[in-house]
Amino acid sequence: MSTGDGSPRLRPIARTLAVLVALRTAVRTATGRERPGPPAPPDVDPSERIVPASRRAETIVAALLLAAAVFGFGFTFVYVVSGENTQLLGLAVGGMLALLAAAAIIAGKLVVPQEQSVEQRDPLLVEEQAEEIVEIVEAGGEGVSRRALLAGAGGVAGAALITAAATPVASLGPTLNGIHTTDWKRGVRLLDTSGRPYLAADIEIGTFYTALPEGGDPEHLGAGLLVVRLPPEFLHLPPARQSWAPDGIVAYSKICPHAACAISLYRYPTYRPTSVEPAFTCPCHYSTFLPGEGGRLVFGPAGRALPQLPLMVDADGYLRAAGPFHEDIGPSWWNIHRGQS
Amino acid sequence: MNVLQRTLERRFLRGTRWLEQRLGAAKGIKWLLSYVFPDHWSFLLGEIALYAFIVLVGTGTFLALYYIPGDSQVIYHGPYALLQGEQMSEAYRSVVDLSFSVPAGLLFRQAHHWAADVFVAAIVLHLCRIFFTGAYRKPRDVNYFIGLTMLMLAILEGFAGYSLIDDLLSGMGLAIAYGVALSLPGIGAQLGYLVWGGPFPGSSSFLPRLEIVHVFLIPGTLAVLITLHLVMIMRQHHSQFPGPGRRERNVVGTPLWPAYALRSIGLLLAVAGVLFLLGGLVQINPIWQWGPFHPYLSENGAQPDWYIGWLIGALRLMPNWEPAIGNYTLIPNPFWGGAAFPLFVFIVMFAWPAIERRFTRDHLRHDLLDRPRDRPTRTAIGAAFLSWVMIIFAVGSTDRLFFRLHISYTAQIHFWRAGVWVLPILIFFITRSACRSLRRTDTHPMRAWQGTVVRRGPDGSITRLGDSADRTQSRPSEEPVGTVPAESER
Repeated sequence: MSTGDGSPRLRPIARTLAVLVALRTAVRTATGRERPGPPAPPDVDPSERIVPASRRAETIVAALLLAAAVFGFGFTFVYVVSGENTQLLGLAVGGMLALLAAAAIIAGKLVVPQEQSVEQRDPLLVEEQAEEIVEIVEAGGEGVSRRALLAGAGGVAGAALITAAATPVASLGPTLNGIHTTDWKRGVRLLDTSGRPYLAADIEIGTFYTALPEGGDPEHLGAGLLVVRLPPEFLHLPPARQSWAPDGIVAYSKICPHAACAISLYRYPTYRPTSVEPAFTCPCHYSTFLPGEGGRLVFGPAGRALPQLPLMVDADGYLRAAGPFHEDIGPSWWNIHRGQS
Repeated sequence: MNVLQRTLERRFLRGTRWLEQRLGAAKGIKWLLSYVFPDHWSFLLGEIALYAFIVLVGTGTFLALYYIPGDSQVIYHGPYALLQGEQMSEAYRSVVDLSFSVPAGLLFRQAHHWAADVFVAAIVLHLCRIFFTGAYRKPRDVNYFIGLTMLMLAILEGFAGYSLIDDLLSGMGLAIAYGVALSLPGIGAQLGYLVWGGPFPGSSSFLPRLEIVHVFLIPGTLAVLITLHLVMIMRQHHSQFPGPGRRERNVVGTPLWPAYALRSIGLLLAVAGVLFLLGGLVQINPIWQWGPFHPYLSENGAQPDWYIGWLIGALRLMPNWEPAIGNYTLIPNPFWGGAAFPLFVFIVMFAWPAIERRFTRDHLRHDLLDRPRDRPTRTAIGAAFLSWVMIIFAVGSTDRLFFRLHISYTAQIHFWRAGVWVLPILIFFITRSACRSLRRTDTHPMRAWQGTVVRRGPDGSITRLGDSADRTQSRPSEEPVGTVPAESER
């Protein structure tokens, strides 16, 4: 115990003080200034009071306070001279506070009297008082005969009040319809993030491209697409989707169907014999999807495959959507439209 | 000098009389000045949280004077060259401007961010102290519930704070929050729509809503709860560790005036000083590096604040369970890690006092604290539970191990899916036996020494004076406190 450790040196002082305190208590009890408590168990009295009266500590505290003042004025000076110098500003104000802290702690430990005293705890519960509260409250219902009726009516009114108060919450959001419908439909061109349309020839093997819908809102959750070109050896789309990948170019929603982060990691084999197939990975929780297999999940927490967008190439060589997403994009919810894959 | 002192004393008396004529509060003031604080370093953890909150309110008020919760897209033309001509939201621009164009703006923003991290950390450490010493027992159970509520609010508050900036990190965090909201079985989509005012990234009223939550609703609630927390502590007095003269019905320590007040003010100033030094000298959340958020962007290097890590870890560790019947997704996957896991952790913590009472049948009032070793089972359960949460927290950084040390990410996840259950069980048994052994030998885990004391005589002979085992037995004051009879409540 910490109190037992350092005490041998102080024990004579503590004992003397304990006697003094006991004497004081006895005098106060005798003179009626302090109510006599319950008889204390035979135990040491830890009360003590030491007056350090150290001139050296007072000097140190004064020096610290003055040093703090230098830092404090320094802060104002730095602010006026170069208000953007975050390091100097922080050093000045932080230094001032740290020096003030040192001054206060040293004053608290070495300058002012060090006292250890004993306080009695309140019993908190006094039975008679608890009974009195109940009596006073019950007296307020004196002469009221149909309490059940009033309580019931009050309960109904209370429920109505809460319902009425909670109703405006509904006006916070629009009603649920077409959650996460996207701007992607047949014929919409794929733009890059600076607004230029993608030519099919722009899409190279081994890297991914981010595409946004022409004429659509780029800030919409369903706007972003991942576009990659895959060589035939990696392209194993489900039979129904064979026409979705002109020239081996496939497009998927960029939004992870786990928790709505944008997928921005693309793994492409650099040395075929030892590498695994190309995959998209979400940087938030590392759900990993195969673009060559219709967005099938191979690792991570996502509960669904990555939604795929059918593509086509128009006569001028531009990439266009060949239709809408075949399932809902974005994170799953109760009534989300799930794909078949 | 004496004259001056007497004049000052007279002035002070006149001031006190002025106050007394109006309030008559002498009795309360005297009570307050002699209010006793037990001295133990672990009692300062809660104070650190309180003082971090004060710094948060101060620095946050400054930040609120500059922040604009606008989602309209603008083009940046400020002093930061790398963002020149970049399209971004008004909110993000206002925070970049605050950081680079407002004198001392970055200092306040970084000090605020550091303070938030320290605030939550201090609450968690304080909670550990409360748990392992049994300070949550009657009469402090209600205050323990208030503290847990404040921990929940503090985490929410921190998340709302860094989400306001609308940089890439906040956008990704909000996207995940949206995913978790939608994952609540049945009501998720409606709830997400209500909160965001439409599908993610939400309507233009979303940022103002988040701001009012961050600067008014949660801090206001926290302020009320902190007041309640302190008033209840003052009424019941602090708990204390057992020691000479310390009993269930008294409290031994330093009176508020003058030593404790000075030391506590010193702690406030020290906390503020450290936070401002950190804010000035140690960069945190460099929002200009992440860039503005757009739903189609994300990046890998930005990590959220530490107190979100346990949720990230849980979301990442979870296998891809997503039970669905036809088109009805019963439980979307983010629910497990993002909602069920934190709910479970808090439900267990809220229920703990009742669970313990059920097994110990101890309904008494306790004002003396337990040393962790004296309650081996409780300490072991706490250590196991804490390690379970901390392992999941650590799993949130497995990707850093992969990027820096090239340890396979998938292998790490597969390993921890088992480890997260096995390791806490081991920790339970190790902690319990360590506690039992410490209680038996009554050595201090850090201060203990092992050996024999000998004296070498003038003739070179060596006499054995005793060894560590004798020493502990020769000091009755260090007997295990478990043997001290507890005073029962009358």
